[in-house]
Amino acid sequence: MIVTASWYLVLGAALFCIGGVGLLIRRNPLVMFMCVELMLNAVNLTFVTFSRMLGDIGGQSVVFFVLVVAAVEVVVGLAIIVAIMRRQPDATADDIALLKG
Amino acid sequence: MVELIVFVIGAVVVLGGALGVVLTPNTTRAALCLVATLFGVAVLFIAQEAHFLAAVQVIVYAGAVVVLFLFVMMLLGVDRDEDISIEPLRGQRPAAIIGGALFFGMLLVALLAGGSSLTGLRGEMLFDEGFNTNIVLLGRSLFTDYVVAFEATALLLTIAVVGAVVLVRRAPGADDAIDGADSEAGK
Repeated sequence: MIVTASWYLVLGAALFCIGGVGLLIRRNPLVMFMCVELMLNAVNLTFVTFSRMLGDIGGQSVVFFVLVVAAVEVVVGLAIIVAIMRRQPDATADDIALLKG
Repeated sequence: MVELIVFVIGAVVVLGGALGVVLTPNTTRAALCLVATLFGVAVLFIAQEAHFLAAVQVIVYAGAVVVLFLFVMMLLGVDRDEDISIEPLRGQRPAAIIGGALFFGMLLVALLAGGSSLTGLRGEMLFDEGFNTNIVLLGRSLFTDYVVAFEATALLLTIAVVGAVVLVRRAPGADDAIDGADSEAGK
């Protein structure tokens, strides 16, 4: 059996959906962040697969930028979580509803 | 044959880790499952000849990002179990699972029905020609075609560091208990 590009694409799709479902069903902000990372990784895997399929290095360049932006997002997001947790030590995503007034 | 074995092992590690992140109630365990997934993705990158990205994946993701997660958990002491038997909204969880399954089905149809009829112009770069092509090609691409974006990422990282420091810094004179004790001691 030969591994075709479709296998990688299907794996990426499965990983993306698991991350998306996790983002919807979990309430701990840290775990929700991890699920976002899962989704980003699924897209990275898809980009790399298409890069090899099409023989174009551009896909891998995009993955590089996604990695940078993901790192930035984690830094800022965790800073926000730290700031929230300092006020409400056991806050879940449902408790962050101050804008509701 | 080797690629098949690598793919199967990588896929099992990736999906197992992802399910672990979603299903385990313990936050620390979820972070460790995330490491497994990220490492599996790095293995799949190597299987697809993206060697530089695999190294970056392990260093940045499995190294820095997950350590940051664990650091925050330990710092705040939020590593206790989340009670995942409580549903925040009635019917939200089945709806999320059904929606995810439908989305996955849609993606499967899009991927498999298209078959080999991939649209797009084939590039001229064949990765398995010459030596060290991957990193040379990627470097050339980053420093020519994407050099403005590359410089912008430097700015973005700086902004993120400054923003993170500003966000978690205790404002001077804030009525925080610890802060107040510190200022008392300072007097």
